[in-house]
Amino acid sequence: MDPSEPSAVPTPRRRFLARLSLALSGLIATATTVPVIGFLLSPLTRKPPRVWRPVGPVDTFAIGRTVNVAFEDASPLPWAGVTAHTAAWLRRDDAEHFTAFTVHCTHLGCPVRWVADAELFLCPCHGGVYSADGTVAAGPPPRTLPQYPVRVRNGEVEILTSPIPI
Amino acid sequence: MVARLLAWLDDRSGLITAGRHALEHPVPPRTGWWYVFGSATLIAFILQVATGIALSTAYVPSSGQAYESLRFISEQAMLGRFLRGMHYFGASAMVLLIGIHVSRTYIMAAYKFPRELNWLTGAVLLLLTLALAFTGQLLRWDQTAVWSVIVGAAQAARMPIVGEQIGRFILAGDTIGGATLSRFFAFHVFFIPAIVFAFIGLHLALVLRHGISERTRDGSIVDPATYRSHYASLLKREGVPFWPDAAWRDVVFGAAVTATIVLLALVVGPPDLGPPPDPSILEAYPRPDWYFLWYFALLALTPNNLESLIIVLGPLVFGAALLLVPVFNKGARTMRRRPWAPLLVVFIWTTIVIFWIAGERADWSPDFAAKPLPASVVRDQRPEVEQGARLFHDKGCEFCHQVEGYGGRRGPDLSDVAARMKPDEITARITNGGPNMPAYARTLTPAQVRSLMAFLSTRKP
Repeated sequence: MDPSEPSAVPTPRRRFLARLSLALSGLIATATTVPVIGFLLSPLTRKPPRVWRPVGPVDTFAIGRTVNVAFEDASPLPWAGVTAHTAAWLRRDDAEHFTAFTVHCTHLGCPVRWVADAELFLCPCHGGVYSADGTVAAGPPPRTLPQYPVRVRNGEVEILTSPIPI
Repeated sequence: MVARLLAWLDDRSGLITAGRHALEHPVPPRTGWWYVFGSATLIAFILQVATGIALSTAYVPSSGQAYESLRFISEQAMLGRFLRGMHYFGASAMVLLIGIHVSRTYIMAAYKFPRELNWLTGAVLLLLTLALAFTGQLLRWDQTAVWSVIVGAAQAARMPIVGEQIGRFILAGDTIGGATLSRFFAFHVFFIPAIVFAFIGLHLALVLRHGISERTRDGSIVDPATYRSHYASLLKREGVPFWPDAAWRDVVFGAAVTATIVLLALVVGPPDLGPPPDPSILEAYPRPDWYFLWYFALLALTPNNLESLIIVLGPLVFGAALLLVPVFNKGARTMRRRPWAPLLVVFIWTTIVIFWIAGERADWSPDFAAKPLPASVVRDQRPEVEQGARLFHDKGCEFCHQVEGYGGRRGPDLSDVAARMKPDEITARITNGGPNMPAYARTLTPAQVRSLMAFLSTRKP
């Protein structure tokens, strides 16, 4: 055998060095991947506060009418721009009570539209239909249209920001 | 001088010898035009990398500013519109070509021994290409993109247990916002392409290692015990150098693909930007680009009780089927001995085309833009009938029902409904509704129902 060729028989020293190198390589890999994956998953652990957003003075809403209102998300990032907006369908039930429906169809999340004359919410994506009270009237939606908490404070109608129902 | 420089470079790097070896490696004779789709997919990908890098120099991957930067690229930057067009049609070409490539490989059973890993690495590349196509559409950060993210998250949320978390991961939070776009950008331009590069390298190394599969005309059987020696003797007997004997077809076809992409980018141009990505604008009609339109249609046309199953299991079954193909790695390769292979491929392509056409028509979507029926369609001038025709539009009937070409196609065409149904059947349907039709009992007064009936009763051929 060529004396310059390393011997194939593992010596204790070589075995130790191999294990040490493997262990340290694992450490390098862990030190790289764990924070990266943690960072990618961080939106799941971030729980933005839920805040009440004013959507307009009570008097601007006619009793019985359902209108589209827009408000800002709870704590939008400074670079969110128009994507920080959220919409809701707001109905004034009587002098003091309001109902706010999400705009997201329970089928696949598309924006439902209120058709005032027909008193229906219609979804443009797959033709889901909801009655005025948000219950499913026809089509593929599996659940009732969810509602946002809504209240009246100092003459202002306020909606509580909520996660997109998915 | 140049020759000496090249000789030095080759001595120190070994690159020229290795490249020449790769280019001139012997391939089976008479491979023909069916073998050009893999290289064409690669050419489309290289085109995507080049145009994508160019676009990324001006694109601002911020939820609040991407839209404006896209408008700048499309309307003001020199060649911006052209590059967006190339990137769009390049993506379309890549999806189409990899689809043809995988179909060809399956029909000719080129995945059999010893090329199982060629297939598996290719399957990963197919899935990654689809991931690039989906994330790429979202980077066109307009209204449709925003709603596509929400629809994607809603689909993921159908998965049991972890669905909600995956959905929130896709949205990058509880709502669409500042965090959403940056992540899709990072995935589209760094993460997925990096894996694509690695797998293309592996895929090509495997092609060189096993050689490209020979055309089988004689119904020969793949037997792992003898295949390698059979292939080696075939190459020895009849092998031709890849360059240029086989490669010229790849180059000719690749050039034709590139020319088509350039031409489409110039003549047709990139898809228009929709309205801004403001989730509070509800006049939206989100739909995917053509390569996922068939899936959109599939979800619209599935029975509601099967839908969650398809959303969750569909992609898993598709992935598992791809992985299982090379398990059957022995036996006959020719079409005559595997007639199900071309049939299956034709079935899949036909299904996709049929659903694609259905998605293009999207009959299930209410037609919000339906205009009131004109007098030329109503014809009858009795006040009650005219009143009914007006209600037919105002109460939303026309969003879903057509009368002589006016209105949506969600429900049955009512042009001659009075000939098909008795008046009390029609009244019952209006008041009680059906699976895809809301009950109007609470929203129509008896007088309004009478008017509607007066109008519908005139609808006879």
